[in-house]
Amino acid sequence: MTNVRNLICTFKTQFIVIAFALSSQLSAEWDALNMTKGATEISREVYDLHMLIFWICVAIGVLVFGVMFYSMYAYTKKKNPVAATFHESTKVEIAWTIIPFLILIAMAVPASKTLQTMYNDEAGDINIQVVGYQWKWQYRYLEDDVNFFANLTTDLDEIYNKVPKGENYLQEVDEMVVIPVGKKVRFLITANDVIHSWWVPAFAIKQDAIPGFINTAWTIVEEPGLYRGKCTELCGKNHGFMPIVVKAVEQDEYDSWIAEKQAAAIAMAELTEKDWTAEELVARGEALYTTNCVACHQVNGQGITGIFPALAGSGIVMNDKARNIEILMEGVQGAAMNSFSYLSEVEMASVITYTRQSWGNAQNGDGEIVAPKDIVEYKKNKI
Amino acid sequence: MGSRKKTILKLSGAVAAMYLFSFLLVPLYDVFCDITGLNGKVTQTTNAESSISIEGREIGLQFISHNNAGMPWTFKPSKEVTKIKTGTMYEATFYAKNTTNEMMVGRAVNSVAPTNAKDYIKKIECFCFAEGIELMPGEEILLPIKMVVDNELPSNIKNIVLSYTIFDSNLEKKIIMDHDGDHAGS
Amino acid sequence: MSAVIENHHNEHDHHGPAKGLKRWFYTTNHKDIGTLYLWFSFAMFLIGGAMAMIIRAELFQPGMQIVEPEFYNQMITLHGLIMIFGGVMPAFVGLANWLVPMMIGAPDMALPRMNNLSFWILPFAFFVLLSSLFMEGGAPNFGWTFYAPLSTTYAPPSTTFFIFSVHIMGASSIMGSINVIVTIMNMRAPGMGLMKMPLFVWSWLITAYLLIAVMPVLAGAVTMMLMDIHFGTSFFNAAGGGDPVLFQHIFWFFGHPEVYIMILPAFGIVSHIIETFSRKQLFGYSSMVWAMLSIAILSFVVWAHHMFTVGMPLAAELFFMWSTMLIAVPTGVKVFNWIATMFKGSITFETPMLFACAFVVLFTLGGFSGLMLAITPADFQYHDTYFVVAHFHYVLVPGAIFSIMAAVYYWIPKWTGNMYDERLGRLHFWLSFIGVNVTFFPQHFIGLAGMPRRVPDYALQFADWNMVSTAGAFLFGFSQVFFLFIVIKTVMGGKQATDQVWEGARGLEWTVDSPAPYHTFSIPPKVS
Repeated sequence: MTNVRNLICTFKTQFIVIAFALSSQLSAEWDALNMTKGATEISREVYDLHMLIFWICVAIGVLVFGVMFYSMYAYTKKKNPVAATFHESTKVEIAWTIIPFLILIAMAVPASKTLQTMYNDEAGDINIQVVGYQWKWQYRYLEDDVNFFANLTTDLDEIYNKVPKGENYLQEVDEMVVIPVGKKVRFLITANDVIHSWWVPAFAIKQDAIPGFINTAWTIVEEPGLYRGKCTELCGKNHGFMPIVVKAVEQDEYDSWIAEKQAAAIAMAELTEKDWTAEELVARGEALYTTNCVACHQVNGQGITGIFPALAGSGIVMNDKARNIEILMEGVQGAAMNSFSYLSEVEMASVITYTRQSWGNAQNGDGEIVAPKDIVEYKKNKI
Repeated sequence: MGSRKKTILKLSGAVAAMYLFSFLLVPLYDVFCDITGLNGKVTQTTNAESSISIEGREIGLQFISHNNAGMPWTFKPSKEVTKIKTGTMYEATFYAKNTTNEMMVGRAVNSVAPTNAKDYIKKIECFCFAEGIELMPGEEILLPIKMVVDNELPSNIKNIVLSYTIFDSNLEKKIIMDHDGDHAGS
Repeated sequence: MSAVIENHHNEHDHHGPAKGLKRWFYTTNHKDIGTLYLWFSFAMFLIGGAMAMIIRAELFQPGMQIVEPEFYNQMITLHGLIMIFGGVMPAFVGLANWLVPMMIGAPDMALPRMNNLSFWILPFAFFVLLSSLFMEGGAPNFGWTFYAPLSTTYAPPSTTFFIFSVHIMGASSIMGSINVIVTIMNMRAPGMGLMKMPLFVWSWLITAYLLIAVMPVLAGAVTMMLMDIHFGTSFFNAAGGGDPVLFQHIFWFFGHPEVYIMILPAFGIVSHIIETFSRKQLFGYSSMVWAMLSIAILSFVVWAHHMFTVGMPLAAELFFMWSTMLIAVPTGVKVFNWIATMFKGSITFETPMLFACAFVVLFTLGGFSGLMLAITPADFQYHDTYFVVAHFHYVLVPGAIFSIMAAVYYWIPKWTGNMYDERLGRLHFWLSFIGVNVTFFPQHFIGLAGMPRRVPDYALQFADWNMVSTAGAFLFGFSQVFFLFIVIKTVMGGKQATDQVWEGARGLEWTVDSPAPYHTFSIPPKVS
């Protein structure tokens, strides 16, 4: 007997261990399927609201479907050949109008409170202007004169399944938005062309970016870390390819990042003055071409027939330096070609030179390079 | 048959009325926005004098600018960050230059953060009220803003951001015209 | 409602239908036009479904495999437009054509020639819309909600044709609704008061009024778009003093009632089916009517819950949150009434009843997620994610579309005189039921986990459930081809149906022969 009992006991323990392991694994997986708790007080409040309403719905569902399934089971024609004849009851009708109404009030009260807190955008320690572009984000730190664009860095080969996909597939950018923890960071969200929407789930922030209008949102992040988000308003072809990555850091790290950014801007200005060789510019230009141009003009510079013109063998790219600069600075109105005038002088010169030196353009054309000075000159001469 | 005709007439009338109503929504929306601050725009005020009173507390004011897609002008605030006193008149300017070699018409759209500061900003003059800013090739201009921030401004608002976005009034026409021709490209 | 029929045998001295194609082009017979609408909507359902298969196939795995992002956007746009304006709405109009006159004891629709016109402009509208796929710049690619400025300043040239086709669809719907209202208001059999009307008739009366109220607003919205694009106005163009957010307000002022246009007739259908197969009178007839009326009225004051993230002032957000939550009350009443009808009934589960039961459960699930979406702070996390996609597909597929299928199974014996094959019907139900849940249930998860809607590619953590969802979608898709087979088989032949067809069925349509003669109720029946 004792043996059996022992055996049962062992089984029991094992069962509990296994069940526990399973359930913790399940709950971990469940977390991955549920709304994130996020990294801020607000996001946790939103999560709690979500779970509250979820469980209320589950309770109502169990009750209502319970009665329904019971009726389907117990009142089949076989078990109940003659149906009852009742078909109204004012009391019941009133009850099931009023009770849901009361439940709704119970949901509306905490929801309204949270909403009010979210709407308190009156002040921010740090203000960042966020501008949605087709198809990238621009960030401008209003107090510190730091300004940059964030592009998707996922390789086209990954997207087109030529190489294995990395861990952060479609969630990686070339420049992260860096913010300090524990400070109230306010985002002033707007757009350059069409409507976009700036969403970072961990902060429970989702605000539409509308050309001409400023929408505000704020957050106080508690823990340093990387927080990833996406554009959530259909904004054209590459809507699925303009992610957001926010990096929350300690205050001193933030300060040195700002200083670094400002120094880099000054260094860039100095680079503009330097005399450049074709090789140096091409080396810089290749990466820029990949992030900014490849989506349309393709890696081989052939474009897509009928939609995006080829750069390889293009008359302008081979022989018309002035027009070449003009197109990149101003864009081509009405075509998919946007202005890239936000690139720095060095970047602009590098990417143009890259296209003028690649795919045999240098051999077949004049082979002239475009130096940062040319861009400065262009800006000056533009009446 | 008579009542049938009547019903048809009434319903057709309702259809026509709803069609007109959809257009009526346009001015209604403006009125609605004005009352509720729905679109965050500050509109022109006529009773700014009532807000000019004793000098109040100091608040921060920041102007930001943005060029919408396809707008090549230089457009920026003459002074980006400043401190002002509530209850007093403040004058600011924006610098704009048409950098192209054709005549262009721009239009500025304004917006405010935080949202609830909007009701306390009284603009007497602003280039953003103009239906179009016309600039000759190469022409430069200083665009004026004249405003008062009311003393009643909630005390926890210490900074106001005024945003101005400049649009090319003809952007749409240019894009549409291009649809008729070939896609231009580099 | 208990209708006792005194005069139920009609004279058969009328001429029958014309022969050949002419019958269908020139017909003014409500049954012929109903049939045309139903077949047309089925064709559109399959075309829109094929687009859904392209969408799901692209989403089967992360990475771009089958289509380019540009074409993907055209697919999601056309899928939405075709399913709403070509699939669900014409199917309901077809059912109204077949059933409303027979249910109220009228010989035909009030305006038979307009009825013919309102159908025959529809194929033309969809021909125009689909032809945009072959135009330069491709089909409309801005989503079925066509938000400005993506649909104006940045739209492909085919947008003009899209506007044209929306105008035609709108005209067709408006004519159809005028017809329904005039028929119901003027042609009821003697003795059939408003509160004695079958619920399907009630639901269509309310739907028709909603259509009359909002289709002109949609027409206005696309007219403004057209003027912005071609005539230099600036309704939605900030560069000319307009406001792109205004577009969203006008669109959703149409769009939210439109959502109820697609579900109210389903309420009517399901009420009839549950009543019939429970063999028990519907519980709370008058509260059902009042619930539908209050849902219809509330639908005009909730539109901005589609725009919680657009940056509205706090007061507006609170108002739209509360008003939206309020809709749960009348909707709940309807669900409770259906269950109370089943309670202590004498239930059998033929195919229509299976679909109706699935409707009650799955539509309610869609209602729950709808309630969650109403909570503004939580909506900031749900908005424009797959959670929303799951929500509206739950109310539209196992909601509206299941009700249409239930209606087809329920009334097809009356239409054709043949019983459908019950075994095949049940198989079709179970395939659809499993397919729909496997497709859309996981979308709740991927939405909550952070996948935005309308993206052709996604991050790796969403891969597993997307794969499941795609598998479900193909199961669901192919089971509808099976449905086509069942319908054709039933039309071609089958067990002869009795006039009563279903033991517990109530209503005038069951008093005529099966198949229903070409002309019914030339002499109005008396309802007491």
